[in-house]
Amino acid sequence: MIQASSPSFPPFTEEHELVRQSVKRFCLEEIAPFATEWENAGEYPRELFHKAAHLGLFGIRTDPKWGGAGMDWWASAAAYEALRFTDFPSINIGFMVQADLTVPLIDELGTDELRKEFLAPAVAGKRIAALAISEPGCGSDVAALRTTAREDGGDFVISGQKLWITNGVNADFLLLAVRTAEDRHHGISLLLFPTETKGFSVGKRLKKVGHVASDTAELFFDECRIPQRYLLGRRNRGFYYIMGHFQGERLATAMLVLSFMDRSMELAVQYGKERQAFGRRLIDNQVWRHRLAEHRASIEAARWLTYHAADLMNHHAKADREVSMAKLVTTELAQKVTYDCMQIHGGFGYTTEYPVSRIWRDMRLYTIGAGTSEIMKEKLAKQEGW
Amino acid sequence: MNIVVCVKQTPARDSLLRVDAAGKWVSEDDLNFEINEPDAYALESGLQLKEQHGGEVTVLCAGPARAAQTIREALAKGADRAIHIAADHLGALDPLGLAKLMAAALRDEKPDLVLTGLQSDDLGYGQTGVILAELLGLPHATIIMQVEVEGGTLQVKRELEDGWFQHVAMPLPALLTIQSGISKLRYATLMGIKRAKTKPVRTVSAAELGDAATPVLEVARVYAPPRGKRTQLFDGDARESAARLVEKLRFEARVL
Ligand SMILES: Cc1cc2nc3c(=O)[nH]c(=O)nc-3n(C[C@H](O)[C@H](O)[C@H](O)COP(=O)(O)OP(=O)(O)OC[C@H]3O[C@@H](n4cnc5c(N)ncnc54)[C@H](O)[C@@H]3O)c2cc1C
Repeated sequence: MIQASSPSFPPFTEEHELVRQSVKRFCLEEIAPFATEWENAGEYPRELFHKAAHLGLFGIRTDPKWGGAGMDWWASAAAYEALRFTDFPSINIGFMVQADLTVPLIDELGTDELRKEFLAPAVAGKRIAALAISEPGCGSDVAALRTTAREDGGDFVISGQKLWITNGVNADFLLLAVRTAEDRHHGISLLLFPTETKGFSVGKRLKKVGHVASDTAELFFDECRIPQRYLLGRRNRGFYYIMGHFQGERLATAMLVLSFMDRSMELAVQYGKERQAFGRRLIDNQVWRHRLAEHRASIEAARWLTYHAADLMNHHAKADREVSMAKLVTTELAQKVTYDCMQIHGGFGYTTEYPVSRIWRDMRLYTIGAGTSEIMKEKLAKQEGW
Repeated sequence: MNIVVCVKQTPARDSLLRVDAAGKWVSEDDLNFEINEPDAYALESGLQLKEQHGGEVTVLCAGPARAAQTIREALAKGADRAIHIAADHLGALDPLGLAKLMAAALRDEKPDLVLTGLQSDDLGYGQTGVILAELLGLPHATIIMQVEVEGGTLQVKRELEDGWFQHVAMPLPALLTIQSGISKLRYATLMGIKRAKTKPVRTVSAAELGDAATPVLEVARVYAPPRGKRTQLFDGDARESAARLVEKLRFEARVL
């Protein structure tokens, strides 16, 4: 006789179910009801970072010694899954920068002294972090960055400009990539940069097509002096740290995008069941049934690719290839899925009152941010040895 | 202060309920379960009292294996330990039978305060807590909206009908049944969820606890209220009609 048993992969447990439930309730109570108001205001309260930190969203995989939960990527996957209930990707990106773009890198590369000063308060939501790599003249081509840090006595003196920095207006500190030597790849270092430093200023808050309540900023550095102990990891190794770190960032991005595909499908199906036209529900039309069924299948395929990448990351195995694929596949698929989920809403889907339109606009970012689709393909082609 | 909070696992509130084949209960096949709503507030009150006065919160839960999830959630929110009365067919018991099992499970505990929800969202007897108080020989008060402990005495606020409240001072130890919606419920944090795994859960089978009383209540049939439309027209002047409408909405439709 065949014994029914729960599948061993993905290894979600009762613990992960509790994570989902708790995060979902948090989204439904603390965020979703206010999403439209904050979207219209173009910003959301800083206090949300404290609340999310209290829930534990910024230190899911961080050692409890620094205030984290000490869980693994499956717990992150469960949290991302439930975070779709914000209906408000502007917040999700802000949280993602804190949880998966900055905290893990400080945890991995920092000395205990730096962990105490930057990691613990970031996990606790007391200090908001931003990752500052891109510049007006360098996005995909990270090695072209020109913001420089010269040594002067025991200090670094930083001059230059950054662009597109998420959380840039609100950040208390930056994880900052700077040029410390001429060599393209061997001349970049990472610094932890308190934003109260003299000479630092935030330029305009960028106006965007989507993620309108997420602060994306232009940052200026004019002879900013910080002590050399704020160097993160080894000098001139920055480029390689960034490339390694992008794996986590891209996996998190894939998870975030997957969850919003799920959300837009939920909204589309719900609307398709409610809306009547020509004497039947929209969902009774075969064209919609089939289109949504096809998306369900594609999302499922993308999910399992992402899970595979997460599994490799959990085992600290080489995951470069799978993570790039997951980032590419989920973000490209999201363009089709959110487009159709908006389409079934008809004119209502074109109004800003329906969360489906917000998700459609906001998901457009992800074939660009965290490494463009073209760059993902280029990486894959290189790995294939073409 | 040693606080015992009794929690029950009930079908999630957004469930689509279907009557089972025997017509005596709902089909549990595709249901999700969650903590009974008033019990969530009982737990919150217990945790707040512990924060104010120190001590320990023990969760008592009777239910099948799936109830472990609800126990884990209570531990994740901050309860210190749990007692799980493992029983598959609780539906066959009436409130007296269940309260007997619960009293037996608490035999070696010396709680200063026992908290239960006012009633369960599924069966809605509103009796389990009250009978448990009787079996434990404790004074009790029901429909509690606020609890304060002042030097060995309880000050509680009870909800009465029609917007009336009653303030009662009572001795400890005692049992209180807690009303829904009286405070903001905390979230189980990820750190709490992780820690919950290390907290002790004592599982006892219903059989080990001795005989439950033979049920004196029997569920004869479970069915959904028949859907129907009834139209009632009021004639008379507008003022009088409005007054009658309000009365109907308040006392018949109970929507006001
Ligand atoms: C809302 C938002 C938030 C962001 N947040 C951050 C942040 O927090 N921190 C941060 O550092 N950056 C952030 N970015 C920047 C983001 O990472 C860059 O926009 C991205 O890397 C692309 O760089 P670019 O804009 O300079 O475009 P470019 O690199 O100039 O690329 C332009 C186009 O050319 C293509 N292209 C480039 N090179 C090749 C090639 N070799 N072959 C084929 N095609 C190529 C690209 O795919 C793209 O389509 C954010 C951007 C946005 C829009």
